[in-house]
Amino acid sequence: MKIKHLVSGMALALSASVLSASAMAGDTIKVGVLHSLSGTMAISETTLKDTVLMMIEEQNKKGGLLGKQLEAVVVDPASNWPLFAEKTRELLTKDEVDVIFGCWTSVSRKSALPVLEELNGLMFYPVQYEGEESSKNVFYTGAAPNQQAVPAVDYLMNDIGVERWVLAGTDYVYPRTTNKILEAYLVAKGVAPEDIMINYTPFGHSDWQSIVSDIKKFGAEGKKTAVVSTINGDANIPFYKELGNQGISAEDIPVVAFSVGEEELSGLDTKPLVGHLAAWNYFQSVESDANTAFIAKWKEFTGNPDRVTNDPMEATYIGFQMWTQAVEKAGSTEVDAVEQAMIGQEAENLTGGMAYMNKNHHLSKPVLIGEIQEDGQLEVVWETEGVVPGDAWSDFLPGSKDLIADWTAPISCGNYNTVTKTCSGQNF
Amino acid sequence: MNYFIKICSCLLALLISSSALAELPSAAQQPLLQELTTVKLSKTLPVLHQLEASEGADMLPLFKTLLGGNLYFVKEDGRLLGKYKAQGATLYADLFTGEKLADLTKKQVKKIKVNNRLRGYLGEAIARIQLSNKDSDVRAEAVRSLFSDLDANTIELIRTARLDEQSRSVQEVMDVALALYRADNSDDATERLQAVKDLQGSLEPSVRNQLTKLAENDPSRSVRKAAQKGVDKIAKQAEKYSFVNQLFFGLSLGSVLLLAAIGLAITFGVMGVINMAHGEMIMLGAYTTYVVQLLLPEMIEYSLWIAVPAAFIVSGTVGILIERLVIRHLHGRPLETLLATFGISLILQQLVRTVFSPLNRQVATPDWMSGSIEINPLLSLTLNRLYIVAFALLVFMILLIVLKKTSLGLNVRAVSQNRDMAKAMGIRTDRVDAMTFGLGSGIAGIAGVALSQLTNVGPNLGQAYIIDSFMVVVFGGVGNLWGTLVAAFTLGIANKFIEPVTGAVLASILVLVFIILFIQKRPKGLFPQKGRAAE
Repeated sequence: MKIKHLVSGMALALSASVLSASAMAGDTIKVGVLHSLSGTMAISETTLKDTVLMMIEEQNKKGGLLGKQLEAVVVDPASNWPLFAEKTRELLTKDEVDVIFGCWTSVSRKSALPVLEELNGLMFYPVQYEGEESSKNVFYTGAAPNQQAVPAVDYLMNDIGVERWVLAGTDYVYPRTTNKILEAYLVAKGVAPEDIMINYTPFGHSDWQSIVSDIKKFGAEGKKTAVVSTINGDANIPFYKELGNQGISAEDIPVVAFSVGEEELSGLDTKPLVGHLAAWNYFQSVESDANTAFIAKWKEFTGNPDRVTNDPMEATYIGFQMWTQAVEKAGSTEVDAVEQAMIGQEAENLTGGMAYMNKNHHLSKPVLIGEIQEDGQLEVVWETEGVVPGDAWSDFLPGSKDLIADWTAPISCGNYNTVTKTCSGQNF
Repeated sequence: MNYFIKICSCLLALLISSSALAELPSAAQQPLLQELTTVKLSKTLPVLHQLEASEGADMLPLFKTLLGGNLYFVKEDGRLLGKYKAQGATLYADLFTGEKLADLTKKQVKKIKVNNRLRGYLGEAIARIQLSNKDSDVRAEAVRSLFSDLDANTIELIRTARLDEQSRSVQEVMDVALALYRADNSDDATERLQAVKDLQGSLEPSVRNQLTKLAENDPSRSVRKAAQKGVDKIAKQAEKYSFVNQLFFGLSLGSVLLLAAIGLAITFGVMGVINMAHGEMIMLGAYTTYVVQLLLPEMIEYSLWIAVPAAFIVSGTVGILIERLVIRHLHGRPLETLLATFGISLILQQLVRTVFSPLNRQVATPDWMSGSIEINPLLSLTLNRLYIVAFALLVFMILLIVLKKTSLGLNVRAVSQNRDMAKAMGIRTDRVDAMTFGLGSGIAGIAGVALSQLTNVGPNLGQAYIIDSFMVVVFGGVGNLWGTLVAAFTLGIANKFIEPVTGAVLASILVLVFIILFIQKRPKGLFPQKGRAAE
């Protein structure tokens, strides 16, 4: 007990000295924004950059943080994965930012991660991802597989009565890992291997004839069939079109997608998609006071009444809220202090209820399933009772079954094996 | 007399009012309809059940509009409306009287939402009502859509409808439904056996599933055997049709390859110019379709017919410009041509990104191109693919005629065979070069119109097809249009037959490996040009 006090006392003293040093450097708290503003990911990531800027503006109106104004430092890693590492280094060493909000794709996060750990930075990552990671320097405010994919499968199995499964995905890391988890989960639930069909296609695939015809055949054998789609980006449109052309409707074979949201649907011909499903932690259509206010603020900030909100934006919003609370609790922006103060923080979900930051740096959030409507919005058809805690290491993969992440003493490890009681130190 | 007239008019008034009552169940008369506008989405289903039970066929417009997601109501008085589009504008009309309500704004109406559970129910309810439709095709379709969910009530409906049914084909479908029900629910083995025999010859998936179930689980041995026989028979048919289906997929992929490559077959094959900007010509054609639809929003149905000549002109003009300004000066220097055209392709991509935005553009599909023709329950051909196969062949024929029968074609062939000799004969090779390049680029533009219906229209559209195009032209034999045709269909069909076995990623790899090996053996492709000109 005494030793613990001593340690925390030392940490406090240390943080105080760091604080005074940073306070000397300037009168603002610097917030780094590491989102691609050009290249293929710009479409999605620019929105998140604007969200962070909006949050900073609002916080400054409230009088800033710890009596100081917040200052955004925006850099452009240009959808170039190695550049994410360089820009992270630049933000941490040259601009000396106190926190970074950034990244979208898993590969960009993996690129920035070693730099964050080396220089002890702090990053908030706001996008749903494949899990199997927990770093001391990153907070994951997007969904882990058990907060998106697994509940979606549960919904289809229990509420729709699906017995046969098509796992269709684009051929890269996220779909392959997610499908591995889902396959293990389905088999554990007693689904026979011949009732699972797995299919991968290249990026931007456009000729879906044979695959859709296979799905149709697979689904015509008397058992209710559903497609769990991790198909990425614009390959989705020809896929849904082909489904419509071959006469497969959402009532016959529903498709539940994990990467189709309001932003992707805006400005699209949604006719072939109506009735299909998407699983997220947030939908713009959910009615709550917080959400209405957020949407109004967003439309005002962007000056465009047609702009939509989406799940990664909510994740950014929650992450930012929690960070400001943690900084106030810690009384400084020093990384180690804020990191410990973050754990256990609560912030309001835009869809109602409270999000909670767990010891493994993942959030507890509600999971929603929505049906795509003609206007590009999603109508909630199912939601989890209460919140689901994010699981850094999947319970359904043999390699990570026994692993947990816990960043509080005495474990303080992102990769703790509960059987051998060891920490491998390998966080990703 | 006077008395008689009085009675008459009285009767008439009664008739009118009663018929009005039957036809126009307005919201005020029907509290259930009013309820529909206030009830929660999850509680809508029981209301619809009651509506079907009490109003029956009168609810058909309501069900159909709701299924299409076009049911609205006026916020003020709960009057039900159908939304429809005319001349590009959104209009509302009273659901039951059809009266147009032009002055309603979006703010005054609210949509009645549907979800999959409701859609499933609505589909069946509509089918039940349609059993007495005037059109025999609609009746048959209605029975068919009830196959998957046959309960005692539905069977009773079909049985009564069967008694009055005149059309042979509808009778057959109804018999299948009745036999399906008997095969599933009868306790009498001989009756089940008879039902299994009645089901022979039908290719419906539900029949196959029912027979499979019986073949595995039926207590009676003779029923099991008969069912197994039926399953085997269907399986044999299924195999045959799945082969036809794959062949069609192959043809359709082949026609896409043909469209993409045929312009290149002229610029690369005939002129010998390695044109890396060929894909961007396709892209420009696709964007032309988008612009045409943007300018003429009320003519989506005809937009493709306008887009085809427009795309030909746009891409053709750009092609001629490229030839005049760049390629002409690099004549006989293939490496420089390659680099220059690659640069042009990047410029064009960035141009499109700057003008239109880096996001994909939405090109609408006309109604006549959506959906499919169902030949039988195991084989249906999608319409858009069918049209594109026909369109590709048409373009090919036209091009062939241009090259073989016109003076431009004669000049092109002369120049490509022996440039110096052609020059000596007084042909203006410069002008022919420009025209040929324009023709090839224009054809690529037309291909873009077709591709805009199949894939996403974005700045990277061209890049996705440039490799395939070169592959087809080289495989078919440079300078040979027929070679391009054969190569495109061969590669398309080969790809589609490998794909089910290996998956899409590996299939395209295997095709590439095959071409590499083939080119090693026969560097000049399938149909090499013969004679001195080829040297």
